[in-house]
Amino acid sequence: MSAPTKTPSAADSVTTGERRRPRRRRQKGIAGNTLWFWVFVGPFVLGLLVFSYLPIIWSLILSFFEAYNTATPSKFVGLQNYVDMLKDHNFISSLGTFTIFAVFIVPLTFALSLALALLVNQVKIARAFFRSVFFLPTACSYVVASLIWRLSIFNGVRFGLANTVLGWLGIDNIAWLSTVSPPWYWLPLVTVRLWLQLGFYMILFIAGLQRISPTLYEAAYVDGAKPGWQVFRYITLPQLRATSVAVLILNLIAAYQAFDEFYNLIGNVNYARPPLVYLYSISLGSIQDLGHGSAGALILAVIIMIVTLLQGRILGFGRAGD
Amino acid sequence: MAVSERTTGTPQPIGFSRSPWGRIGMVLRWIALFIAVVLFLLPFYLILRNALSTEADITAPSWTLFPNHLQWGNISELFNDTQVPMARALYNSAVVGVLGTAGQLLLASMAGYGLARIPYRHADKIFYAIVATLMIPAAVTFIPSFIVVSSLGWVSSLRGLIIPTLFSGFAAFLFRQYFLGFPKELEEAARVDGAGHFGVFWRIVVPNSLPFFAALAAITFIGNWNSFLWPLVIGQDSSSWTIQVAMSTFVTAQTINIHELFMAVAVSIVPLVLIFAFLQRYLIQGVTQSGIKD
Repeated sequence: MSAPTKTPSAADSVTTGERRRPRRRRQKGIAGNTLWFWVFVGPFVLGLLVFSYLPIIWSLILSFFEAYNTATPSKFVGLQNYVDMLKDHNFISSLGTFTIFAVFIVPLTFALSLALALLVNQVKIARAFFRSVFFLPTACSYVVASLIWRLSIFNGVRFGLANTVLGWLGIDNIAWLSTVSPPWYWLPLVTVRLWLQLGFYMILFIAGLQRISPTLYEAAYVDGAKPGWQVFRYITLPQLRATSVAVLILNLIAAYQAFDEFYNLIGNVNYARPPLVYLYSISLGSIQDLGHGSAGALILAVIIMIVTLLQGRILGFGRAGD
Repeated sequence: MAVSERTTGTPQPIGFSRSPWGRIGMVLRWIALFIAVVLFLLPFYLILRNALSTEADITAPSWTLFPNHLQWGNISELFNDTQVPMARALYNSAVVGVLGTAGQLLLASMAGYGLARIPYRHADKIFYAIVATLMIPAAVTFIPSFIVVSSLGWVSSLRGLIIPTLFSGFAAFLFRQYFLGFPKELEEAARVDGAGHFGVFWRIVVPNSLPFFAALAAITFIGNWNSFLWPLVIGQDSSSWTIQVAMSTFVTAQTINIHELFMAVAVSIVPLVLIFAFLQRYLIQGVTQSGIKD
């Protein structure tokens, strides 16, 4: 890489005498620049090394060791931790829990946030009000929302709001968070995330909608496209492709990392435990099993990266096709 | 429907139909919008209702729409409860929120500027090394990060809560993209006047980029204030609990005071509601800028 800058290229038509002076001045400038570059970027890179790269490498090393309650283990076990985790029924079922969760949450978030964006975008009056209302839950944390859902809306006793409404209809109380068949607990788990994140994705879709040129709609109108479904299907949706890809990928990554609402709504129970809650319980619970925890975290990281790449590839190919 | 029989001669705006079905669609859309508004505001109503009710009102068999006598005393009850370090938790959250946001923006903006504007032979490689960390899902790094932080002796400390979260590859990436689009002429004018990289950055670039900083600051602060997993991992001692960890511990405790807990919820969202009220414009910019990575 450095060779071309040191020797003048043979193809250069300018004489060496004329070239030397400006080059020397530029090199002096580069030395000063190097110093300033590290003044600006150095602290950040140092932090990234210590708090991003070092943990990952350390974790990789730990995953090959038996590491109970210690971060500096001595007993090398090879791939045993990985084998254990892949055979661990609880870990595998946590991946299953995640899959069910993703099947609910990703399409629902996509469809509902797009619907909200379209509704808000069509409103002629008080648009800012509606946008704010749907965006406001973003201010709440998962802990806050989980408390409201657990203690007030989906409280299993009679004074919970959901059971109160059912009571008006003459239906018995339901223990929402602990009923396994039918698995009612999915209703609070899915709705809490929808409430919290729909507004965020709606903002992304509104921004996408506003980037669509009005001339496209005018052209479609002139060409006799029926307002409504036809315009949506052939103008709006294709124009939103970049936003849609971003929403789907962000959403899936976020779903894989679900922790807060599961932890706060139902805790560490085996019927609905996503991967992070399980990893948290084995590596930072009463016994700190960092070897298996690290192996599990790395398996999960690899799965997330593969799924993200695949999703990007599939959706990206779609873009190349039209 | 009476509405559908009326005909109008004026041209309709694009996207609105003159047909009866279009009108019914319009009515349905308004109904959908209304239902959505009610559902989205419902949890906020529950926060206020429960926070200002007595425990007996909340657990009464019949639903009370709103307490007859607002229990403002619930606030002092919450702060006087010795089992919940509420004031301490709010303080911790404020420190984490403010210092975490300021530190993250300072580090990421300088790194982003360096990458965008200061010529350096290996700048590309450094940039790729930063972007590569975006591939690693943030939440799965909590175990390895905990290992590093605990060997530094930072567990249950504000340092442990703040410092590991300061180095956001994503923020550095956003700043680099932003500074690449910053008008070069402004910087060159200052450079002619003898300013170096440092002077140009602090006296020209930062003051002219305040909306961008505000947008990222709003979104970073909310993220810090609401973050749960990392503070839970680090806050092993009640003196280092953030407000989120305190509330979560509160709800999994043996006895639950619903009215007190909801007062805690109400208090915890006040700073964020203020941000929403006054900085919403920046917040929405922040979401659109940070939401779409490419």
